[in-house]
Amino acid sequence: MENLENLKSEIIEKINTCKELKELDDVRVSVLGKKGQITEMMRGLGALPLEEKIALGKGLNVLKTEVETSLENRKKILEEQALNAKLAQEKIDVTLPIRPETQGRIHPVSKIYEEVTAIFGQMGFDVANGPDIEDQFHNFNALNMPANHPARQMQDTFYINDNPQKPFDMDTAYVVRTHTSGMQIRTMENKRPPIRIVAPGRTYRSDYDATHTPMFHQIEGLVIDKNITMAHLKGCLYDFMKAFFELDELPVRYRPSYFPFTEPSAEMDIGCLKTKTELKVGAGTDWLEVLGCGMVHPNVLKAGGINPDEYQGFAFGLGIDRLAMLKYGIPDLRTFFESDVRWLKHYGFTPLDISSMTGGLSNNGGLAR
Amino acid sequence: MKLTLSWLKEHLETTATLSEICDTLTRIGLEVEEVTDPSAGLKDFVVARIDSVENHPDADKLHVLCVNDGTDKYQVVCGAPNVREGLIGIFAKEGTLIPLYNERLKKTTIRGVESCGMMCAVDEIGVGSSHDAIIELPADTPLGVSAAEVLDIDPVIEISITPNRAECLGVRGIARDLAAAGLGKLKPLNISKTTGKFANPINITVNCPAECPTYTGRYIKGVNNHAETPKWMKDRLNAIGIHSISPLVDITNYINYDLARPLHVFDADKLSGNITVRMAKSGEKFVALNEKEYILPDYALGICDDEGVQCLGGIMGGLEKGCSADTTNVLLECALFKPECIAKTGRHLQIDSDSRYRYERWVDPKSNISGSDYATQLILDICGGEASDLSIVGTEEYTPQTAYLRPERLETLIGMPVEKEKSMQILQNLGFEVSFENGKIKAVSPSWRGDIEGEHDLVEEVVRMIGLDEIPAVSLPHDQLPKPILTAEQHNAVVVKHELALRGMYETVTWSFADSDIAQYFRQNREAILLHNPIVKELNEMRPSILPNLLTAVKNNIARSYANLALFEVGPVFDGRNPTEQHMSASGVRCGQTAKKDWSGAARAYDVFDAKADALAVIAAANGPYENPQITADAPSYYHPGRSGTIRLGKNVLAYFGEIHPSVLKALDIKMRVMAFEVNLNNIPLPRKAQEKARKKLELSAFQPMDKDLAFVVDKDVTAAAIMAAAKNADRSHITDVRIFDIFEGGNLPEGKKSVAISLTFQPIEQTFTDKDIENLMNKIIVEVGKKTGGELR
Repeated sequence: MENLENLKSEIIEKINTCKELKELDDVRVSVLGKKGQITEMMRGLGALPLEEKIALGKGLNVLKTEVETSLENRKKILEEQALNAKLAQEKIDVTLPIRPETQGRIHPVSKIYEEVTAIFGQMGFDVANGPDIEDQFHNFNALNMPANHPARQMQDTFYINDNPQKPFDMDTAYVVRTHTSGMQIRTMENKRPPIRIVAPGRTYRSDYDATHTPMFHQIEGLVIDKNITMAHLKGCLYDFMKAFFELDELPVRYRPSYFPFTEPSAEMDIGCLKTKTELKVGAGTDWLEVLGCGMVHPNVLKAGGINPDEYQGFAFGLGIDRLAMLKYGIPDLRTFFESDVRWLKHYGFTPLDISSMTGGLSNNGGLAR
Repeated sequence: MKLTLSWLKEHLETTATLSEICDTLTRIGLEVEEVTDPSAGLKDFVVARIDSVENHPDADKLHVLCVNDGTDKYQVVCGAPNVREGLIGIFAKEGTLIPLYNERLKKTTIRGVESCGMMCAVDEIGVGSSHDAIIELPADTPLGVSAAEVLDIDPVIEISITPNRAECLGVRGIARDLAAAGLGKLKPLNISKTTGKFANPINITVNCPAECPTYTGRYIKGVNNHAETPKWMKDRLNAIGIHSISPLVDITNYINYDLARPLHVFDADKLSGNITVRMAKSGEKFVALNEKEYILPDYALGICDDEGVQCLGGIMGGLEKGCSADTTNVLLECALFKPECIAKTGRHLQIDSDSRYRYERWVDPKSNISGSDYATQLILDICGGEASDLSIVGTEEYTPQTAYLRPERLETLIGMPVEKEKSMQILQNLGFEVSFENGKIKAVSPSWRGDIEGEHDLVEEVVRMIGLDEIPAVSLPHDQLPKPILTAEQHNAVVVKHELALRGMYETVTWSFADSDIAQYFRQNREAILLHNPIVKELNEMRPSILPNLLTAVKNNIARSYANLALFEVGPVFDGRNPTEQHMSASGVRCGQTAKKDWSGAARAYDVFDAKADALAVIAAANGPYENPQITADAPSYYHPGRSGTIRLGKNVLAYFGEIHPSVLKALDIKMRVMAFEVNLNNIPLPRKAQEKARKKLELSAFQPMDKDLAFVVDKDVTAAAIMAAAKNADRSHITDVRIFDIFEGGNLPEGKKSVAISLTFQPIEQTFTDKDIENLMNKIIVEVGKKTGGELR
């Protein structure tokens, strides 16, 4: 029995000094393998007298169990050491930047389109579309602007020959629409009152300087029903402006103006503060013109096939680009159309910035990256 | 339209301040665009007296003054030649902002003598241009009062006049509107009738009374056009930006802006024979004052002598027979021409003039005789001479426009009731002849108003005088839970934009125009839709594709050193010149690398498959046939013939994608490869009806799918799509996916062959596959691929 104690210390010593799993396994084989020390000793038990056999056998079993436990413990330690060594080796510099990703952008014009349609959608407006190349009937005549109307000169019109086989004729030529107002007529031609639409689109005028571009964007509004008054016009536009600029209060004023297709006509100004460096909407003593509007002229209703003695309503037109400039502090209209990626990245909106009246109109898309 | 305050006050008796006048103008629809008031900068300048003058001890031309502003005395060094004891002028003490220099005055020492302020010349305070002398005021001017109160300062008001308010193109019209708005009283216009001293030697005939209902002419002989235009007239014309030329021209200009009454003066000695007002003969030539020659159409109105057209009636005088400095005998024309005739001629000949501007809007038909009298009076006063009798052809009689207003119409149209009496009073103040008949207000227009057609016009007049701000604001009634408003088409366009932005692209907006030099490559044999009057050569046609503009953007960004680009635009593309011959396109370009080089090596060059992926992503975003469109290796000629494709659904082209043809890039001077796609959103079919919201039931297989690989050797021109389709069709129910994972050419493969390796996913349906099942499937695939593509198992 004393021998077994010695043997035990000897084996445990061996196990605990093992430095690698392979070495430990060698120890295991040399002790518990087919020809291992303990295995051999157990095999030799058969030749011993019964009493000795029982005593030694018991001792060997205890020894075997103890050795196995030691092996297991040592194995765990060595495995952990090996894993730690591997992990240490796998260390990387996590301060390295992430793989390059590009976050796209939505153009301010599209963003404002989404904001404006979200607001008017709440007020029950549909969205109408129409062609960019228009005939003069829809762009002018039906809007109470016959051929020699002086208001036509106010709009520097681009013309397109309607028939390339013939010489250009200014009276029959097509125009590239000078406003979205033609969509009032196209809407009335296709729809009976009550009508409530906004019609966004590109518009074109032959004008190119610091504050004009030959193409810009407008949204036309048209509301026709039996009892729509100018008070509704004011209420509707006031509600819109407050929602659009996300302000609880907004000073507004209306000035009488003239558009051939509305009467009475008005222009709407909103209160703002102009300083040398910025323009703040909603506060201050200055006024800023934001849109033209008025009660639909009876001649326009007639041209659209609607009886002006039965129906009436209002129309308005506002500049999308201008709204973008005001709301988002974009200084120069011309830059909208220059496709400069530095500008698009800076003034554009993140892909998930989707405007809604529930989620909010702006700042919806997380940080721009 | 510009006018000065003193000019306005010539017609309007008022105590209102400049700012009250401007606020009122804007409120009643005469929008003030700008006010230039030099007195605004004069607050700190005061009236002061020079109490004493001494010579400067150290400078011959300088004096040392003692200046007294009524409160304090100041020592001032001054170099003006007109200084004298007792002179009363305008004084600025230290710290005053001097408009001429835009600097504040500092206390200085001039040649050893301290100077504590300045006696001012007119230029220094911004009310004149002279620097010769300091201002001298009358001896009884009180000391210490503001300079603005004592100087003759005339602020200039610029008003935007809408086309319906022709009468406000004259100062008197504006004064009349202000008076109607309660801001003062319109002064009577004192025009004395000139009695002719002799008969008009020039006979006048009008052949076209429809276009020219009234024509008056007066001969004035012995005028002196070398005379000086009076200072008040010159100052007013100068203030509104009109240079003084000669008294005869100045007088016609003045009356044009004073009464909105165009006039014309012929040099009578240059006229040959009598005057005939007639329509021009088609092709007749006319050289106008602007020295341009015009070929006249037959609807142009000519004022002619025996030699032909000498004045384009109501638009512009002729070069040949106009006045010069030496003119002594004149024929003064004051006539009425019909707006339609003037507008049509002016528009077609593209002549702009102050006269045309007024005639095509409205000129008071009752102002011909009075206008002539007014001009005659001024000519005789300024230039002397002797006037003939007035020849009048036609009549000033006309039928004024009459409109009726139901008193209650204010409430039903404006949403605000206005008392009948108030409406009537307003209309009366505006010059209407007002009465009440059968429950309606009858309003006969004054002769200076040509824009009153009906009830709505009268409503507008009443409303603008009351003020739009008085109308209540009432929200539109609307549903509590509004429905979505975008149509499927409109919504698709929005989703497509966000999809492309999510794919890392920047949305841009470019012109709907294109440059023909570039656009020509993109027209696909369609004719160019050219603008008749492009603003610049580079924007001369309606774009046949968005790509020319996106490529121009690529070029510009590369020039700024931004060469890794991914841009897209969703907008109209024009297929024909007629309205509605356009479609909505989602187009994009990518060029350069996906990113700049970085440690991960992830950056790679963009290739055709990026463009193809973009096109398919757009189709998917628009709920199009993403799974099963036909993709063929053909595309328009502006794409690389070997690196481009078309995505179709039946006959309809949904999209093109590919690399841009190198010769197109060369034309644009782009030295990099550019990938592009164009999706025609209009060709993507929309769901016929509202789609079922509930999803199809998910059927999960109890059996595991397995992947198997096969490689085929095929001819080089066999497409990947053909092999994948053949493999899939071998057993559509059990083969759920086919992928290509390797393509190999060369090595020990025969010339003209390639190896295509595909990976397939098999999905058991009723029970787990046996080895035999799998072998059968593989064999079916090998047979099918062999049959369809000639491919052999490698």
